[in-house]
Amino acid sequence: MTQTEIQDKEKNIKIMTGNHAAAYAYMQSRVGVVSAYPITPQSPVVEKISEYIRDGKLKAQFLLVESEHSAAAACCAASATGSRVGTATSAHGLMLMYEMLPWAAGTRLPIVINLATRSCGAPWSIWDDHSDFIAARDVGWIQFMCEDNQEIYDTNFQAFKIAEDPRVYIPTIVAYDGYLLSHTLMPVQLENQEDIDDFLPPLNHHINLSDISQVKGVGPVTTPNIIKREEGTAPGYFEFRYALQKALENSIDVIKEVHDEYAAKFGRSYGNGLFKTYKTEDADTIIFAMGSVSAQVRTVIEKLRDEGLKIGLVTLRLFRPFPVKYLREFLKNKKNIVVFDRAIGYGYEGVLCYELKAALYGVKDPPFIKGFIVGLGGRDVKGDHIIEGVHRAFDLSDKGEITSETEYYGLKLDELDFLD
Amino acid sequence: MVNVMDVREEEFINPGTRMCSGCAMALIYRIALKALGPKTIMTVPASCLTVLHGMQGFCTTKVSVLHTPFATTGASASGIVASLEEKGLADDICVVAFAGDGGTADIGIQALSGAVERGTNFIYACYDNEAYMNTGVQRSGSTPLGAFTATTPGGKIRAKKNMPKILEAHGIPYVGTANGSYPLDLYEKFQKAREIKGAKYIHILSACPPGWGYDPKDTIKIGKLANDTGFWPLYEIINGKFILSKDSKKNLDPSKRKPIEEYFNTQKRFNKISQKEIEVYRKYIDDLWNEIKNRIES
Repeated sequence: MTQTEIQDKEKNIKIMTGNHAAAYAYMQSRVGVVSAYPITPQSPVVEKISEYIRDGKLKAQFLLVESEHSAAAACCAASATGSRVGTATSAHGLMLMYEMLPWAAGTRLPIVINLATRSCGAPWSIWDDHSDFIAARDVGWIQFMCEDNQEIYDTNFQAFKIAEDPRVYIPTIVAYDGYLLSHTLMPVQLENQEDIDDFLPPLNHHINLSDISQVKGVGPVTTPNIIKREEGTAPGYFEFRYALQKALENSIDVIKEVHDEYAAKFGRSYGNGLFKTYKTEDADTIIFAMGSVSAQVRTVIEKLRDEGLKIGLVTLRLFRPFPVKYLREFLKNKKNIVVFDRAIGYGYEGVLCYELKAALYGVKDPPFIKGFIVGLGGRDVKGDHIIEGVHRAFDLSDKGEITSETEYYGLKLDELDFLD
Repeated sequence: MVNVMDVREEEFINPGTRMCSGCAMALIYRIALKALGPKTIMTVPASCLTVLHGMQGFCTTKVSVLHTPFATTGASASGIVASLEEKGLADDICVVAFAGDGGTADIGIQALSGAVERGTNFIYACYDNEAYMNTGVQRSGSTPLGAFTATTPGGKIRAKKNMPKILEAHGIPYVGTANGSYPLDLYEKFQKAREIKGAKYIHILSACPPGWGYDPKDTIKIGKLANDTGFWPLYEIINGKFILSKDSKKNLDPSKRKPIEEYFNTQKRFNKISQKEIEVYRKYIDDLWNEIKNRIES
């Protein structure tokens, strides 16, 4: 890139919130149908899209429906009719969409949801944690977690390109921390529309009900077994779901490929597209986290290294499909891994923690892994929490105490006088 | 009025569907698709119609269908219409949601209300067999008073929800009622609705041999009795104007209406209906027809 090009690019840096970065990316992705319902902290995404449509900047059909369940159903239908479709939601909105999530995945509809993460009630909390994101884990979607507004913007184009790839055809969630990113202003490098169009060509949908010359029954009944008739053979439910899982597994290559193509074209990359590393070159200890938690970890890594610890950070970008092969390869020789989760896998421990443990199963001399829960319901995740967690993990590691007991930082039970 | 010679010859349901013998819905769907023609996209929630549409890999109809979860029919139709509008195809292709009474009056009423409130350009058709037949005959909001179902073994103690009236209250340009025993009337109503822009609603009484407890050969006869007793009037409300359909006009004269017991006696589901409940029905039908009379005259 020449000096002139860099200067030209700098002119196109805008200060915007995470929500507006998502909306801007939808506009430049030329989404054809948006169907959404307002919920805090996502609402500014759809408000901004309304403005783009009013101002003629985006020629999309905007369906303001009466619930998130209907929003998701309308997205599925519009996608099956052949439009590029996006929506945005948070927490209870995603919960209400839940029935449609495996439906979209099973129908292989390349929908994108921007998720401004928020805790799930009860009790009510409009603030951030990752419990909504985690709850969408087992429905067959690709799931990204972003760490800043630039990444939100960039990941959206990649998400459409990945979801719409004929080798994939899987709906995709692009998540970012509610308020911490959704409502925080950051500089975002915006790209020219022609370059975006070049990267993300129009959708050529595999279903496209709008082509009425091809009669299709989309999403009908399957049976436990394959049905063979003169006119053809119909797979059973099992074969359909196998195909989805296989496509998810294979999508990792496509995700890396699309990430690399974007990086080459626009000059911004996010690790290997699956996870990002920070100060890991000489590290024998790794902090493993995602989203806003990683942003907090970055602020204390230097402090921990000053203590003489050879410590680095791995930030998970792709939560589903879980990049097992790449994580195993990267982490197999590490001594200790400290995991900070912003969601509980209720009845077990932090979700990232037990997923990572499972990913490293069978590794020779595996790393010691200890996880902590932080920042539920918008509680601040402080640098000190990270430092204390690392010390605690080292302590346990030295003693060789392996425990999956759930431990927390930032919990203030001692300030509640009615508790013993 | 449509003449039998006007009805499109082309069939849109392939032979060999899996419907019960005597199913009025299969007849209704056949006639409706003929009236709608090939430039149509259907969306269908969980219901007996899912069964008609058959297995993955074998499309039973000659128009495309998008299957959608139970509560979402109105929203699903909205999504198809939005996509067609984006592509500039919305004036050419008719989007039709076809759902049962449970999917319409109960679990799907929110999505339906939302879709028609938004003025979505589509037809919503409810085939009303008056219970959750596909799951084994459980009561719905549309099950009539006194009817036996698997979840109302002593007979339903509440009256049938009046869906056409609820849809009329949304101020949509077209509401029609129909009955599987009057195919030409049904055909004409779907044809008419197809030509009107905006949200259209057609509610069709659909007799069900296993659910109502009668011999499959009696489907047409029982549907006719629903009209002849005045229980299920055929009408249209076009831009707020009430029009009584030809086949129901005779019922304006109370002496021409058959006693409601004649309808009940044909179906096992009304075996235990009480005299008191029959009195409730008599009053209901008298009031209904007085209201219709007033609406025609006003």
